[in-house]
Amino acid sequence: MAMKTLPKEKRYETLSYLPPLTDQQIALQIQYMLDQGYIPAVEFEKDPKPTDHHWTMWKLPLFSASSPQDVLSEVRECRQEYSDSYIRVVGFDNIKQCQTVSFIVYKPGVSRF
Amino acid sequence: MVQTKQGFEAGVKDYRLTYYTPDYTPKDTDLLACFRMTPQPGVPPEEAGAAVAAESSTGTWTTVWTDGLTDLDRYKGRCYDLEAVPGEDNQYFCFVAYPLDLFEEGSVTNVLTSIVGNVFGFKALRALRLEDIRFPVALIKTFEGPPHGITVERDKLNKYGRPLLGCTIKPKLGLSAKNYGRAVYECLRGGLDFTKDDENINSQPFMRWRDRFLFVQEAIEKSQAETNEIKGHYLNVTAPTVEQMMERAEFAKEIGTPIIMHDFLTGGFTANTTLSKWCRRNGVLLHIHRAMHAVIDRQRNHGIHFRVLAKCLRLSGGDHLHSGTVVGKLEGERGITMGFVDLMREDYVEEDRSRGIFFTQDYASLPGTMPVASGGIHVWHMPALVEIFGDDSCLQFGGGTLGHPWGNAPGATANRVALEACIQARNEGRNLAREGNDVIREACRWSPELAAACELWKEIKFEFEAMDTI
Repeated sequence: MAMKTLPKEKRYETLSYLPPLTDQQIALQIQYMLDQGYIPAVEFEKDPKPTDHHWTMWKLPLFSASSPQDVLSEVRECRQEYSDSYIRVVGFDNIKQCQTVSFIVYKPGVSRF
Repeated sequence: MVQTKQGFEAGVKDYRLTYYTPDYTPKDTDLLACFRMTPQPGVPPEEAGAAVAAESSTGTWTTVWTDGLTDLDRYKGRCYDLEAVPGEDNQYFCFVAYPLDLFEEGSVTNVLTSIVGNVFGFKALRALRLEDIRFPVALIKTFEGPPHGITVERDKLNKYGRPLLGCTIKPKLGLSAKNYGRAVYECLRGGLDFTKDDENINSQPFMRWRDRFLFVQEAIEKSQAETNEIKGHYLNVTAPTVEQMMERAEFAKEIGTPIIMHDFLTGGFTANTTLSKWCRRNGVLLHIHRAMHAVIDRQRNHGIHFRVLAKCLRLSGGDHLHSGTVVGKLEGERGITMGFVDLMREDYVEEDRSRGIFFTQDYASLPGTMPVASGGIHVWHMPALVEIFGDDSCLQFGGGTLGHPWGNAPGATANRVALEACIQARNEGRNLAREGNDVIREACRWSPELAAACELWKEIKFEFEAMDTI
């Protein structure tokens, strides 16, 4: 294989080195979170910097989400209202009292819902 | 109540009369130790066990009159159990209980000086190995432990749901500070979270520490701006004196670097604890290397098992600690390794002899130390590493990043793509132990960087026998 120079590209942490996830792939990641007992939430930010620990939270954490669709529909709604923002799904473990999950589900300019 | 007084009788008394107490039930506040003991031929195990308890606590070879001025029952170590080691001739597990008051609060140095001080050279023993220690909660609560711990580190770094990725910069000696910074930049821009000083990089003529720190920090900031992810490099502050160590740490903080590094065995526990407390006060993460550990922990019948060194480090303080890889070139049997990995990062660990854990250990909410799997690993090991270590670990490459045919940045991307493909697959319910190679091959179809790495390393095999078994 011919040698290649790695292009410069902005990344958004976990799963951001994979090709954009399809709805079905996102649903499987959310199902895993729910199976672990984590509480999902949706966050968005227009121009996130690497040290922005807090993105804006979409509504409240989805304490009563019981299926991936519950979370995906919030992601869609968030995207419609803030189509110029990056969107990530995060997860909280209320037993260990910490965040355990964060992965990117939408980058502006890329359409996959 | 004052004890019945007896006159002073000079002379040598069998240890077992005082220090072998098979009827004793250990207290919750006792520090417990399990030694693997090989007595000299002809020395009965009870006498040898009592000698271990005595020599590591209040005993001296002969009676002294000042014994009469203290309450020996309150301070003496007690050999409360002996078990023949299965399959070994003349080898015993010797269990000793030490009263809490024998130890200074918050001092790993004092604990080790006491219980593995003189006794290892004791004449009545052919060999002695400290297998495990149970620290009582009462003593644990006198330690700060890791400056931040795993969950705080993740929050600071903004990295969740996957192991962290690192790479040790090579060649380990001889690069100039600027060329070294270049190697760091390339790794970080390619997708690694951390790079690392090799342990013997301190401040040599070819690269003084201050020059290294500045070029590395520039590499961190540039790669962070370009990738939009938080980056770090374990800047080694291990130094000839504690004053110089602290000067390097202060400078690292001043230039805004997120993590520094220390060698806890060669540097010593007192220096390590000082540095760890400083790290907590100053918000700097602390990576701990373990140079010299194999001198202490490799022999099966003599020395100190690494699980004890790891527990001691967790008390002394460190956010990362090297643990071995199970899959790479360094030895380490899986169950035993995962036993001490749990002792590094979990809050409560049950006794489990099959994993080398002799005592249930309650850490009483002491922060956890992240295990670092380092040495001889590359992309094909990724499924096994994710399967074995789970999310709360740091997978540390070297040649497995830098040896990529296209250089450090594509090498780093190959590592990161392999990792994320494994995380995605695991979360989708796929079995990495069985399907791991398929997962990597599938990712090769869309990642040329990974494909090039897989082509280079597919033939490499590791077939060393593990030496560390129960």
